[in-house]
Amino acid sequence: MYKILTKKQLNPTVTMMDIEAPLVANKAEAGQFIILRVDDDGERIPLTVAGYDRKAGTVKIIFQIVGATTMALDKKNEGEYISDFVGPLGCATRTEGIKKVCIVGGGVGCAIAWPVARKFFELGAEVHSIIGFRNKDLLILEKEFADCSHKLTIMTDDGSYGRRGVVTEPLKEAIESGERYDEVIAIGPLIMMKFVAATTKPYNIPTTVSMNPIMIDGTGMCGGCRLTVGGKTKFACVDGPDFNGFEVDFDEAMARSSMYAEFEKAERENFCNLFKKEVL
Amino acid sequence: MAFQREKHPMPVLEPSVRVHSFNEVALGYTEEIAIAEAQRCLNCKDRPCVDGCPVNISIPDFISEIKKGDFEGAYKVISESSSLPAVCGRVCPQETQCESRCTLGIKFEPVGIGRLERFAADYHNKNFVGEPQTPSPNGHKVAVVGSGPSGLTCAGDLAKKGYKVTVFEALHTAGGVLVYGIPEFRLPKSIVQKEVETLKKYGVDVQTNVVIGKTLTVDELFKEGYEAVFMGSGAGLPRFMGIPGESLKGVYSANEFLTRANLMYAYKSGSHTPVMRAKKVAVVGGGNVAMDAARTALRLGAEKVYIVYRRSMEELPARREEVEHAEEEGIEFKVLCNPVEILGYVNPDDRRDPRNGFVTGIKVVKCELGEPDEKGRRRPVEIKGSEYTIDVDCVIMAIGTSPNPLIKNTTEGLQVNNHGGIIAEEKTGKTSKAGVYAGGDAVTGAATVILAMGAGKSAAAAIDEYISGKAQKI
Repeated sequence: MYKILTKKQLNPTVTMMDIEAPLVANKAEAGQFIILRVDDDGERIPLTVAGYDRKAGTVKIIFQIVGATTMALDKKNEGEYISDFVGPLGCATRTEGIKKVCIVGGGVGCAIAWPVARKFFELGAEVHSIIGFRNKDLLILEKEFADCSHKLTIMTDDGSYGRRGVVTEPLKEAIESGERYDEVIAIGPLIMMKFVAATTKPYNIPTTVSMNPIMIDGTGMCGGCRLTVGGKTKFACVDGPDFNGFEVDFDEAMARSSMYAEFEKAERENFCNLFKKEVL
Repeated sequence: MAFQREKHPMPVLEPSVRVHSFNEVALGYTEEIAIAEAQRCLNCKDRPCVDGCPVNISIPDFISEIKKGDFEGAYKVISESSSLPAVCGRVCPQETQCESRCTLGIKFEPVGIGRLERFAADYHNKNFVGEPQTPSPNGHKVAVVGSGPSGLTCAGDLAKKGYKVTVFEALHTAGGVLVYGIPEFRLPKSIVQKEVETLKKYGVDVQTNVVIGKTLTVDELFKEGYEAVFMGSGAGLPRFMGIPGESLKGVYSANEFLTRANLMYAYKSGSHTPVMRAKKVAVVGGGNVAMDAARTALRLGAEKVYIVYRRSMEELPARREEVEHAEEEGIEFKVLCNPVEILGYVNPDDRRDPRNGFVTGIKVVKCELGEPDEKGRRRPVEIKGSEYTIDVDCVIMAIGTSPNPLIKNTTEGLQVNNHGGIIAEEKTGKTSKAGVYAGGDAVTGAATVILAMGAGKSAAAAIDEYISGKAQKI
């Protein structure tokens, strides 16, 4: 059992928690992920490491409520326990030789982008961050990004905060205006990452994307997280989650990610109905 | 009494009943049947069956105990050599091992050794009260990586010698392939759990949620005072065929499909684990895993399940009993048939049609058997122009796995072969790294439970020799 030490709501659908998991905290690096189960008959879900404190033995996770499992997790409070918490899994984000980087985060993907930005910042790289949300209410981690970016651009789809528009606009402008990034790292919805890669491709700026496909064991056993990268089958859990954005078959990944859309919808409704009964 | 030429048949659930349930298919011998079957054993001098057993159980001795009606005594004989008797009695391919050597088998059917083994183990699990005798600790610590059949066997053998053994398991439940892979109807989870509990009584500590190579490395285990490490990390990434359409929705690896169904309980009603409840399923492959996947799909509600296999019925690598059970349950064998493409739904007028990208069929080409390959199995040769399509909405690939890459990538000095399998001496499991031993699928690639147990057993003996040798030098 793993204790929830802190819990904080970042926006109406996104929650941050610190989980007591000393062995995981001891090894975790930006870009890696963990797998958790909320309770004994629960599903295993992967969540990216949003931060860690090796001394305190804690790992920070940030999750969006999308299905039954994340809903159940969100109902847990500080001081309560979750059944399983395993990691760190996957490969850490590659940082060698990168002096200037543009981090592009979209929505809850910013939770994953944040530790990556911080890592580069701590290593002394010049960090430009572009983070995008649908609207002001969904904005998360503004201060946290500001603290580890030399330049921060906030975008909202509806213009309710920051600039109006999508993240690829300021990215393209920066490149056009002569910013020389060693690498662009995009973390967010598949469609956003696809367009970031399409934006940087003409300039041939190395672009890394962080993939978060359906996964079960997370250790290289089930094969559920397979992707096509550069025409080859790759497994996000052991080969990734970071991949070369120019090589990922995003259309296929998008199609595969909707495999259980109907099931998730039904589960979410079931869970909400249960919850309604409980509060009535 | 007339001599019984055939094995006493195993009582089973009726096919029409069992296809709608995950209850165990084979029900086990009664005491009367067990004694009658035991009496078929000639107790011959040569004991060829013992050599046919990868863990060398004293088979005639335990059968003699059953003859006498001392079932607990039979269990004791088995448990001297096997840490998982209830498991082996169920999943071993006895027809190619102990039973294939049986003297009685020359003229008649061999003794039902596997069925008797299962009987003795089940008798013990049901009736034994009290604690096993635990040895006095010898002060040495050994780490075992993976809690599948090789790891549990190795851990059990070492614990019985007084070693303090810690088993590290990456998943949330101990048992490895015995819990995520082999389905409930063939090996009930409660039996695996019971075997793990027995090992714990011998002092084995099982730590779940620890991925060796990630959470802790092998070198860290040595730093923490473990004097030897056994790698039983199992088979890894599932293989795919590399044909078009393998990324369509509704294409699973057998590992994923079975993991969802078994480990994640999708087989239970009301489970929160999504798994496709397909109507028509094609399982590609002919091994035990393919049979398990096909029979699981049937129980999850499929109306039609096909096994697509490129050789003929004679070459099917699955246990004979599993093939028979599958046939009885109505699974259709499309043999001499090789997939060339998986077809998916495309609505040209509506990109957002939710049916887009889901499997609609599998295109196969007929094969005939050609010359034998290096393993002596006749090679399938495709017949040009014989392609046809089988109408299915789910395809499960059960064509094997390659060893897990995590440990080789994070363990310095551990040599692997060009398939990624850990290189280990066959007799001892000794690897290229001092103090590290390995066995099971991590070494051989996908094989059987009993071979993995055999490897765990010989590695335990080698580790004991290694550590006591070291201790003597000091």
